[in-house]
Amino acid sequence: MFEISEIIDVLLLRNYNTRLVVICTMLLGCACGLMGGFLLLRKRSLMGDTLSHATLPGVCLAFFVGVMLGGQGKSLPLLLLGATTTGVLGCATVLFIRNHSRIKDDAAMGIVLSVFFGAGVALLTIVTKMPSGAAAGLESFIYGKTASMVLSDFRLLTAVTVSVLSLSALLFKEFRLLCFDEVYAAAQGWPVKRLDVLLLALVTLVTVAGLQAVGLILIIAFLITPAAAARFWTDRLDQMLLLSALIGGVSGWMGASLSALIPNLPAGALIVLVAAVFFLLSLLLGTKRGVLVRYLRQLKLKRSVGRQHLLRALYEILEAEAGPTDDVLIRSVPFRQVRGRRTWSDRQLRGSVRLAYREALIDAVNDRDMITLTRAGLEAAAQVTRNHRLWELYLIEYADVATSRVDRDADAVEHVLGEKLVALLEAKLIKLRMTSGLQVPASPHPITPGD
Amino acid sequence: MTWYIIDTWIVLIGILAAVACALLGNFLVLRKMSMMGDAISHAVLPGLAIAFLITGARASLTMFIGAAVVGILTALFTQWLSRFGKVDEGASMGIVFTTLFAVGLLLIVQAADHVDLDASCVLYGAIELTPLDVVWRPELFGSALQVPRSVLVLSAVCAVNLLFVVLFFKELRIASFDSELATTMGINASLMHYMLMTLVAITTVAAFEAVGSIIVIAMLIVPAAAAHLLTDRLHWMVVISATFAALSAALGHVSAIFLPGWMGVDPSVVEATSTSGMMAVIAGVLFFIVLFCAPRQGIFVQKFGRFEAE
Repeated sequence: MFEISEIIDVLLLRNYNTRLVVICTMLLGCACGLMGGFLLLRKRSLMGDTLSHATLPGVCLAFFVGVMLGGQGKSLPLLLLGATTTGVLGCATVLFIRNHSRIKDDAAMGIVLSVFFGAGVALLTIVTKMPSGAAAGLESFIYGKTASMVLSDFRLLTAVTVSVLSLSALLFKEFRLLCFDEVYAAAQGWPVKRLDVLLLALVTLVTVAGLQAVGLILIIAFLITPAAAARFWTDRLDQMLLLSALIGGVSGWMGASLSALIPNLPAGALIVLVAAVFFLLSLLLGTKRGVLVRYLRQLKLKRSVGRQHLLRALYEILEAEAGPTDDVLIRSVPFRQVRGRRTWSDRQLRGSVRLAYREALIDAVNDRDMITLTRAGLEAAAQVTRNHRLWELYLIEYADVATSRVDRDADAVEHVLGEKLVALLEAKLIKLRMTSGLQVPASPHPITPGD
Repeated sequence: MTWYIIDTWIVLIGILAAVACALLGNFLVLRKMSMMGDAISHAVLPGLAIAFLITGARASLTMFIGAAVVGILTALFTQWLSRFGKVDEGASMGIVFTTLFAVGLLLIVQAADHVDLDASCVLYGAIELTPLDVVWRPELFGSALQVPRSVLVLSAVCAVNLLFVVLFFKELRIASFDSELATTMGINASLMHYMLMTLVAITTVAAFEAVGSIIVIAMLIVPAAAAHLLTDRLHWMVVISATFAALSAALGHVSAIFLPGWMGVDPSVVEATSTSGMMAVIAGVLFFIVLFCAPRQGIFVQKFGRFEAE
């Protein structure tokens, strides 16, 4: 499909234009990925959307002022200044609305987006109709021109990326506090509102610098997608930010390289799609919150809960037959009787039985459908029942839960009692002489035997 | 300036689009899904492109269907991502719409040799041109009325939305405030959600085809947010938001005609600015007046009230 030499040319960035575009998008991807991480945790992912729309009136006003001052109007620093000004104003307005009324973040962002963009469109219509000054192509300032970046874009993006990276490294601790517990940060005496504004100002800086280089949609995607993808892999903020910056940079590199290889495909769109592929992969495979991992985790929990239910049901049946002072002895129990102990379906119970057999907790179910615990099974069953009873007693003693209700409550918690917690419960209850040593305490409520 | 018959049509079209959006917007704002209009209006690009590639013409019905289908898909994908992927709702909205937009852009570029479909025509509609597309000329009081197509389309959309809100008011109210309660009361909350999203998608597509996405995004959020500050009762909120929407549409067109003059630009050179843009701006102005001056939620009253308490 492609000449090998062509691919190598692109990979080694031999072509000047490709080199510029690839490096610029990578830089921007890193900076955006980093800021996007903070935005995602503040639940403000769409801020990039709002911001990039809010720059339009600034661009037009700057042009207008430029023309009034007698220039061509299209000087880059002036336009950037205008864009930044209304961008920051937009952010400030969002914060103002959110802090001073019952309007929520999402509506505040929507209001600022539409009203500022509306004002921008109105101003744009006026300046394009003005005879003096060439306003044509002014809107390309926010729609971008990825494939035709120049050296000045590179300088601007490098400066912005470096300053954003260093500032967020310096203020990492403060931003982390802001992201996770705003109220606590305020109580600790941190200037939360100023930090919030600073964070958004950094986002504005990245957005404005990126807008005229790569366009609105790509900036929005860069601010959201890498961060959301990184979130699936880790629970630590520093790792997430690094990963997010990495994903942003790699998407920028791959998208821009692909676009250089294949004619007639816009780089911006390709980069968005590469980032989306990274997101989908992370969504499925992410090691912390990925769909697959969560499914497996849930399955594992469900199985262990099923096993514990089975063991306790068996133990309680045996216990009822053994009498109050005797030891609990192993005996075969009919499947129907176990089935009657809880509200579970035949299929669920059979599944649990199969798993318990595989773990050698019960013997093979014989042809009369009888279930028999093994020696190890009885020990495990006693342990499970003991945990359940300990929690029940604790609830009765310390949480004042009515005796008739503890079974249900304990049922929900017994599966997640760790060793430490069990030891704690033992210590507390032994002191009250409600239980002793290793034996299973008697149930505090009557147990209805299954049929 | 002179007021032509065309201006009356523009105002009417603006009002219809604004009210249609504002009616649904109340429920979006209450459910914290305000940005849905923005997401849908960007995301429909592949729908337009695919409809074009299939039919090979800019037939408006197929394009409309294509866009509406993708609009509904946007809402669905967003919900799936946030439900099954546990992604923040705003982020999932952003991922879905930027990805769809990028796909649409690629499709358009592939077809660009023989198309004048262009990404920015999706973003700014041309409400000023809609009255020229006349499809129906009924005789009324002896004179022929020139009814533009958009008036018919938007009236239908507006009527459907009104009917939806009135007929399902009770269900919508309970589902918006407490979807779990709604489910226990036997109301299918997710059905209501999907119906709402479908209508939002259809309204968005119908309105931005006629008047541009900026009106849609603004009118879905701003009037409803302003009304939310004025009342605690949902039915009043709906009524107030519709009134605000109509008001900003009318004032928006008038100010679009006057604005260049105020800015010191020679009115003979620049006749008028963008009506859609000004409608959004006027809606914003109304919102900020309410934000400061609302009788109970307003910032002035809240500050003043605190003084009294001390």
